[in-house]
Amino acid sequence: MTNHTAPVSPVSHHRHITRNSCDCKMNFSEVFKQTNQLCKVSPDGKYLATCVQYRLVVRDVSTLQILQLYTCLDQVSHMEWSSDSLFILCAMYNRGLVQVWSLEQPDWHCKIDEGSIGLVSSRWSPDGRHILNTTEFHLRVTVWSLCTKAVSYIKYPKACQKGIDFSRDGRYMALAERRDCKDYVCVFVCDDWHLLRHFETETQDLAGLEWSPNGCVLAVWDSCLEYKVLLYSLDGRLLSTYSAYEWSLGVKSVSWSPSSQFLAIGSYDEKVRILNHITWKKITQFEHPAIIDNTKATVYKEAEKRPGVGSDEMPLHNITMGATLFNTQSKYEICPLPVQIPVVKPDPDRASPKIGISVLAFSSDSRYLATKNDNMATAVWVWDMQKMSLEAVLEQTSAVRCFQWDPLRPRLALCAGNTKLYLWSPGGCVSVQVPTEGGFQVQSLNWHCSGDSLILLGKEQLCLCYMDTDQEDK
Amino acid sequence: MGEWWTTETSMENYEISSISHVTMSPSRRNNLVSMYSFPLSKSSYSVISAFCTEDNIPQCISYINQELASLGLSSTCIEAISPGDTGLSTVPALNAMYELLQIHRRSMCNLEELEREQLRKSSTLEHIQMSNTRLKDQLELSIREKSGLHETERQLQLKIKTLQSCLKTEKDEVQKLQSVIASRASQYSHDAKRKEREAVKLKERLSQLLIDRKDKKLAIDVLNCLGRADGKRRHWKTTKATSSHEDEMYKSLLSDYEASQRSLMLENAELKKVLQQMKKEMMHILSPRQPSTRGATADDSQEQADLDGEAKGGDASRESLDQYCEHAREQLTNSIRQQWRKLRNHVERLDSQGTSQNQLESNKEVIPRETHEDEMERMRCEVQQCREFIHAQQQLLQQQLNTSFDDETAALLNDCYTLEEKERLKEEWRLFEEQKRNFERERKNFTEAAIRLGREKKAFEEDRASWLKNQFLNMTPFTHRRRYSSSDGQSALSISKSVASNGLNLTKITASLRVEYL
Repeated sequence: MTNHTAPVSPVSHHRHITRNSCDCKMNFSEVFKQTNQLCKVSPDGKYLATCVQYRLVVRDVSTLQILQLYTCLDQVSHMEWSSDSLFILCAMYNRGLVQVWSLEQPDWHCKIDEGSIGLVSSRWSPDGRHILNTTEFHLRVTVWSLCTKAVSYIKYPKACQKGIDFSRDGRYMALAERRDCKDYVCVFVCDDWHLLRHFETETQDLAGLEWSPNGCVLAVWDSCLEYKVLLYSLDGRLLSTYSAYEWSLGVKSVSWSPSSQFLAIGSYDEKVRILNHITWKKITQFEHPAIIDNTKATVYKEAEKRPGVGSDEMPLHNITMGATLFNTQSKYEICPLPVQIPVVKPDPDRASPKIGISVLAFSSDSRYLATKNDNMATAVWVWDMQKMSLEAVLEQTSAVRCFQWDPLRPRLALCAGNTKLYLWSPGGCVSVQVPTEGGFQVQSLNWHCSGDSLILLGKEQLCLCYMDTDQEDK
Repeated sequence: MGEWWTTETSMENYEISSISHVTMSPSRRNNLVSMYSFPLSKSSYSVISAFCTEDNIPQCISYINQELASLGLSSTCIEAISPGDTGLSTVPALNAMYELLQIHRRSMCNLEELEREQLRKSSTLEHIQMSNTRLKDQLELSIREKSGLHETERQLQLKIKTLQSCLKTEKDEVQKLQSVIASRASQYSHDAKRKEREAVKLKERLSQLLIDRKDKKLAIDVLNCLGRADGKRRHWKTTKATSSHEDEMYKSLLSDYEASQRSLMLENAELKKVLQQMKKEMMHILSPRQPSTRGATADDSQEQADLDGEAKGGDASRESLDQYCEHAREQLTNSIRQQWRKLRNHVERLDSQGTSQNQLESNKEVIPRETHEDEMERMRCEVQQCREFIHAQQQLLQQQLNTSFDDETAALLNDCYTLEEKERLKEEWRLFEEQKRNFERERKNFTEAAIRLGREKKAFEEDRASWLKNQFLNMTPFTHRRRYSSSDGQSALSISKSVASNGLNLTKITASLRVEYL
């Protein structure tokens, strides 16, 4: 990987051009400020909205020029684009306020004041014309209509990991309800907020619900004290119940495959179980052992290549690059089996122990599944869903913070809280140094909907990475 | 005292009677004496009369004196009153009798004592024997008891062991359950604490609201109302709307089910097709290629295959109906399994035969190797001939040099000759060098071409294999696999042709080498 630094020109935003072994050119943009990790690309992919303190900055994605600037009344806690990319919602939970800004008409303003009842969460409805506010203590969900200024209330919403989910086509909303110490699911039609179905669930303490991508099945899971996943049809019939074991801590994470064929359930016993959509029975389970052996998977281990302190090669580089003296470059090495993954045993006395599968992500073609086991925080496991076996394991030098699949291709981007960006694809694995001055630690990342660029978020900074992928691995 | 008077006859009794009479008391003895005295005296008299008669009285007397002396009674002797008289002097005779009585009495006493002693001893012996047997019995009993106790002890030990292992497993399970309980307890406590905190916050907020009562009304402040996202007007909420929602929901559910069912049917049909094809191919593989070696089994499998074919041929037309027929499906899968088993057996048989037929197969290579050997032989002969020729030449040359001994002319001639020879030799060397260079060049070209040929051949083989594989794969419905273009095979052939047409001097060798490579 060559790291070519062009001289800094104040006008151009694309400064650093690198070509890596994946044979795609990567342009890194300048570093911009952001607060609270609030940085989102519009659904149509044209604009980038960031919050800096109490300002909302909207930029063009390709040129990164500031298009609009809005000022909110307080520091923004949550920011969200409407589905038609015309409006942006800024919620300030401290003040109980929500402000909505229009891109087309900068003068248009909208302010929703929840008053003394407080605000805990705020979100758009799928049609982009309603805002759902969850009040403090989850007393109720208020549905504000921006078309008619009308208000609707939904009572007894449940305070849990994931209590509200919209179906992908935006027609239905499922909401978890807790009434008289029993769990219910309410299915609303997003058109007019008509309650379509209301049924009780067989859970002890419902922790979350999620629609399948085709919108016909709702997966409901219980809290970690009981392993139970229930599958309900759109009309409220119970299709199937799945429980892998009793007594020990149960479900930690759940994810549907984009084709709706598989439901992946990650649990505290460090295993992922895959259910199929025809019989709703487990077809396979993926285990995460500490010693990897007897598998055809490739294990990539990140190895740091430290430049020698007294080496003659780079004194000039060091002077010009400044802080890059401390940014060690790294590359991936393929390790021969058996490989031992470092395990951190969690404290047995604490609740919600750091063990088990906490993150599951399917690639867009449902071909691959990426998982992370919390007591092996430096490793990301990639599973091939066609062969139902382990495809690759990436072992990093520090704990993996975030990973996300490219929306179009089977390409996984991950970051580990350091100055590097890592990419995995079936062809190989690459570690890219984010060439910024002042050490930009990548805490999280988001793909652009076109799969051409990545938004890297640091603690208070953000940086865009543009990729020119020309006929990569087909 | 009065006893020994009456023991006169008892002495006689003793001579005749048994020991049992010894134990009699004297009083009884008296009675016995009175009972038996008369006949005994008679009998005793008869005994005595046997010993002493009127004739041998002195001999008897001397004999009796001897006896008395031997008994230790030398003081008393019996004498005759006068020699030659048959009478006895009474005093010594009485004394002798008295001594004898004493002796007898003493011996009787001894005998009594001994008998008593013996009785006692026998009774003790009996007693001891009885106790011995009793003790032996006791010992046996106790030994048996001991072994029985050992047995029970062993069983108890076993039981202890099993119980210990059970205990261990139970302990492990208990530990596991304890850890589970602990984690659940910590989770519960965590949740409970969270809920408590929230309740506390609620209480605070409630108290705050009740105290403050600022009455901040919730309100929305919009500059102007927006239109709907899809541009339509807002509908009234009517029952028709709600029912239409229900309809829409059911429609979407149904369409999803139909789509999945369609895809499943397609998959099913494809899989069935694949199975049918596999079956046909397996039948094809098994049936026609069993000419000589299988014999009876070939006929059987052929018959089976024919039967199957007939049965399935009829079914093929009714395929679409049979999709739903459980029986047809089972038949298909069973026939596939059968064919597969046959194919597997066939392959196994081939494998086992292949190893034994290795020698036969090596015959294929014998023919080209033979020609190769011939060529080599010929070349060796040629080389040999050339060597001989050179050798002969050398000899002749030597002879020629040796024969001409005329000094100067010879030397001159030699010089001329040698010069000529040198010139010729130079010329020939030059030619030779040139030829050698040419040869080298040709040889290099040829080896390169041969290497290329080898590579092309390998490539061609690979292409052929991949083409065959593709062919096979293309027979399956997995259409998304790519097809590799196999145009390289032709180029290999063209290159080999160019090699052949190069017009080499060493065509023979190249031909043989080509044969080798092929």
